[in-house]
Amino acid sequence: MTLAPPRPGARVKVRGVIGEPAPREDAVPKVKGEFQYASDLWREGMLHGATLRSPYPFARIRKVDVSAAAKLPGVRAVLTQDDVPGKKTYGLMDRDDQPVLADGYVRFVGEPVAVVAADTIEQARAATKAIVLEYEVLEPTFDPIAAIQPSAAKLHPKGNVLERVRILHGDPAAKADVVVEGEYEFAMQDQAALGPEAGLAIPREDGGVTLHVATQWLHEDLDQLAPCLGLPESKVRIVLSGVGGAFGAREDTSIQIHACLLALKTRRAVRMTYGREESFFGHVHRHPARLFYAHGATKKGELVFVRATIVLDGGAYASSSSAVVANAGSFAAGPYRVPNAVVDCVGARTNNPPTGAMRGFGAVQSCFAYEAQMDKLAKACGLDAVEIRMRNGLVEGDAIITSQPLVGSAPIAEIVRRCASLPLPETAAHRDQSELPGGHANVTRGEGVVRGVGYAVGFKNVCYSNGFDDFATARVRLFADAEGPLARVHTAAAEVGQGINTVQLQIARTELGIERVELETADTNVGSAGSSSASRQTWMTGHAVLQACREVRQELVRRAEREGLTLDRTDLADLLDRPIEKTVTYRHQDTEKRRPDGQSRGHVAFMFAAHRAVVDVDVETGLVKVVQVATAQDVGKAINPLGVIGQIEGGIAQGVGLAVMEELIVEKGRIRNASFTDYLIPTILDMPPVIADVIEHPHPDGPYGAKGVGEAPTISSTAAVVAAIRAATNRDLERVPVRPDDIVFGTSSRSGWRIAPGDDPRRAVRG
Amino acid sequence: MPPTIDRRGAALRGPSAVDVALEVNGERVVVHVPPRRTLLDALREQLGLTGTKKVCDEGTCGACTVLVDGRPVYSCLTLAIACENRRVETIEGLAKDGELHPVQRAFVDTDAFQCGFCTPGQVMSIVALLRTVPQPTEDDVKRAVAGNLCRCGAYPNIVAAGVSAGRRKRT
Amino acid sequence: MTVLAGGTDLMVELNFGRRRPEHIVAIDRVGELAGIERNGHVRMGAGVTYTRMLADAGSQALAEAARTIGSPQIRNAGTIGGNLGTASPAGDTLPVLAALEATVVLRSKAGERRVPFADYMTGPKKSVRRADELIVAAEWDEAGPAQTYMFVSTRNAMAISIAGLAMVVDRARKRVGIGLGSCGPTIIRPADAEGFARGLFDEAGWERPHRPSESAAKELGRLVAAAARPIDDVRGTAAYRRHALAVMGARALSRVAQIA
Repeated sequence: MTLAPPRPGARVKVRGVIGEPAPREDAVPKVKGEFQYASDLWREGMLHGATLRSPYPFARIRKVDVSAAAKLPGVRAVLTQDDVPGKKTYGLMDRDDQPVLADGYVRFVGEPVAVVAADTIEQARAATKAIVLEYEVLEPTFDPIAAIQPSAAKLHPKGNVLERVRILHGDPAAKADVVVEGEYEFAMQDQAALGPEAGLAIPREDGGVTLHVATQWLHEDLDQLAPCLGLPESKVRIVLSGVGGAFGAREDTSIQIHACLLALKTRRAVRMTYGREESFFGHVHRHPARLFYAHGATKKGELVFVRATIVLDGGAYASSSSAVVANAGSFAAGPYRVPNAVVDCVGARTNNPPTGAMRGFGAVQSCFAYEAQMDKLAKACGLDAVEIRMRNGLVEGDAIITSQPLVGSAPIAEIVRRCASLPLPETAAHRDQSELPGGHANVTRGEGVVRGVGYAVGFKNVCYSNGFDDFATARVRLFADAEGPLARVHTAAAEVGQGINTVQLQIARTELGIERVELETADTNVGSAGSSSASRQTWMTGHAVLQACREVRQELVRRAEREGLTLDRTDLADLLDRPIEKTVTYRHQDTEKRRPDGQSRGHVAFMFAAHRAVVDVDVETGLVKVVQVATAQDVGKAINPLGVIGQIEGGIAQGVGLAVMEELIVEKGRIRNASFTDYLIPTILDMPPVIADVIEHPHPDGPYGAKGVGEAPTISSTAAVVAAIRAATNRDLERVPVRPDDIVFGTSSRSGWRIAPGDDPRRAVRG
Repeated sequence: MPPTIDRRGAALRGPSAVDVALEVNGERVVVHVPPRRTLLDALREQLGLTGTKKVCDEGTCGACTVLVDGRPVYSCLTLAIACENRRVETIEGLAKDGELHPVQRAFVDTDAFQCGFCTPGQVMSIVALLRTVPQPTEDDVKRAVAGNLCRCGAYPNIVAAGVSAGRRKRT
Repeated sequence: MTVLAGGTDLMVELNFGRRRPEHIVAIDRVGELAGIERNGHVRMGAGVTYTRMLADAGSQALAEAARTIGSPQIRNAGTIGGNLGTASPAGDTLPVLAALEATVVLRSKAGERRVPFADYMTGPKKSVRRADELIVAAEWDEAGPAQTYMFVSTRNAMAISIAGLAMVVDRARKRVGIGLGSCGPTIIRPADAEGFARGLFDEAGWERPHRPSESAAKELGRLVAAAARPIDDVRGTAAYRRHALAVMGARALSRVAQIA
């Protein structure tokens, strides 16, 4: 089926093709304020939905009485679990996991118990407060290690172990000359997308419903939603609304089912929009973790073994914990040649807020730990941070600890070397006071300021893994209007800011050789595109669009041949008396299911990045300013170089945030800082300049050689910043985010989680 | 001797909804609002000007930034009635005759956003800056948008947009 | 009567339904509250915004406090009167007013009364202001250039103070004022630290700049920290607050002692 793209320069030059820096397809409406995000949707006569949430981390619901609430002015519907017409539960990876509305128990603070639709949002909120609930408070479990003990109270019919992964590679009892150990802690990060969870559900004449919503995966929403509504999928249409950032938080449904239930019940359009505080309760967060590591190496610093026990807190419901656990385990040894490994990774169910997808998806947690270990090892072997990584870095053909060999990637040594050779910033002495840590508030004019430099390398899979049927569909229609040929591309890929829309247009222009290409609104009227996650859309939807365009072109060639014409010399419009439409579903090569020993070719491809962070630390106050982050990343091929840089800078912003400020503080299951006043994300004055070396080492299976881009920048940037802070302070800093306390007092662990001695890899090493 | 309070313009309004005259993007409009309504909600829910975004509703993110009498304010912290007879400028009022404002143009050209949710606020903050500092430095731009969060981390390009907008002349 | 100045505090309470006042009096357009008078003595109207303070604050430390408000939007809205009205221990200008030994001017139908700042705050978001009183101004004696204000925060803009410190050395009046923010139920004046600092200036001579010894600076920091009554909260631990105050106290002294 292969057909080369049109020869460049054969006809008029087509602008906006692959490899060119292309402005966003939605740029103009976005800068004009005309772009409709989900929370901007409005319909004459629409109702407003509100959610009543559990105040308890674990309780039995003794009584629910909605009668008073239902009688309040303006109230059109009050729904509880009894009113769910279809399936009572849903879940991203386990459909039997999470109740649509609490099913007699509540398992986390913020769990939806009832929903209300009313004429105004004020009336809806007032009604939620008028619902009478009696709870019997139960003993909650907040410690994930306690939760997975056989004696622990069962928090859910499906038990407290969400996933357990064991990876055995080589000799589990391998011994080494040099052994370093460490215990690391990783706090809860939030995606903190600015756009709130929002959508508008509109009932249809045929008894179905159309939902306009901000999501990452339209078809996954549909697949969860329709059974709960008791409707066939044909009666539910989901349309992508403007998405104000996602970063994993829109993988799970939020308002989707509730808004549709209310719309179907009231026969009126219903809009639901979470406020900022509610948003922190209404989406999953990044898994907090404890990681116990032992690394063994030769005296020369060549890795002999890695042993790790990783415990992730999945919170009250499963969400995507099983895949996050698999990832944390799969990437637990880093992008290094490790002949022997034992990794135990477990995800626990607790009464904490549920956790799930966030950019980096399990790879971020283990990267923080294994990169700290690599620095310890370097010190123990008398090597520097760059040397130890270059010495152990994977090269093409090497296998990771799941025995999967690397294909189509630049060697780690090259990435590290190129990152290390990027220019360093000016010294602290040359910086304006406001550029110093705490300088904006006069704390230092140079007193106490020490500079540190740190390195980290990270890697992760692109696309879905472990045997998941991963596919993406594209429909391309080429026709001619008065202005000439025009192509319309229709996919369900969710544009969440990452730039997949522009990538689709670039690919279509490249393949079809025309500039006039438009996108249809993403919805469920076309086949699934899979999620905008796992850095997979450029690869998956990119491939689908590419192949659909090539099929369209083949048809053009056939038509031209029939007319006795040569395509390159023909006005395409002459061949388009009737449109050409092709729909293609692309599947990447099969991946293997995980085996009990964790050994399998579970991933399609890997992406790699190295980061070098430069920080200034006021060692007396513990305040940190990240001065610069340099990075080298292998992206395969930069389809849109402008978009690639944006993803790299944006991912680093989130990595820096996690390193020095971002933490959802959860006490007794309650989020204590559910606001932008106290959940701090970086401002423009916290954002370091980024120097990026974009490496294009084409992957044989990626579209034009492209791999994913979006997650790699978040994976190792955090570890690099913390390494730099360690260099400046000589503190161990085994926990992120690093707080001023940790620098000043050397405190680290705060969670109090404890693992059983038998699970402690350090003990195994000592024994 | 204690000064007397200036009573010009003082008025008792409410408690039920009242008509408030505003000048929004050069047009005089009257909105019927409860006295407690924020300028943000009045713009979004009553005037349909949803370009101004509601994110934190407590003055910590900047997505609701509009200009009142030429100065950037958080419209979530501003009562609609407090803007009576004041000049309100929102993102929707910037482009004239189908032509983007230089700051908007610069945002497009430098890729100064990803999801775009913070963009209207960022643009308004830089528009205000350019009126007092026509050719801002990088530092000027950073300070002007220090109160506007961007979770996509498009900050480096926002700085570039602000600086390059200062070099553009409105055609 | 609920008074609305810049809205940076009250509007949050309204938006989140934490308060539903019957009447709101918006004073942001009352011209007479927005004035600054200076003639050796400063009278700053309650409606003076942070933006205005950048240009003219009548106090170096207050100007620094205004500059630390990272966001232009908040600087355009927030006022000194609003800070006093909210009376939060984290209020940005309040440690400065404490260090300046400012007077809060309150007015009601019954007339005007003047409350020394030291007596004004009674607890977190609590003050001696009666419901029928309006804050009209803050007043203080101009104290010369030897002043500073600083606070620690993990973010470089839009930051809430984890712990803050203002120091004013009024060389003419031979007075040292120190105000501590976010480390107790009210703004704290560390009397022992102030006394210790006075001793240092007595020794070195009030009229000329000097460089305090490292041990003297450290001791001042220790006394500052000892006076704090911090708590653990989501923004920081009590232990860190004390530590940061000690560092800031030492640095502030070293800095202002060199300014004459």
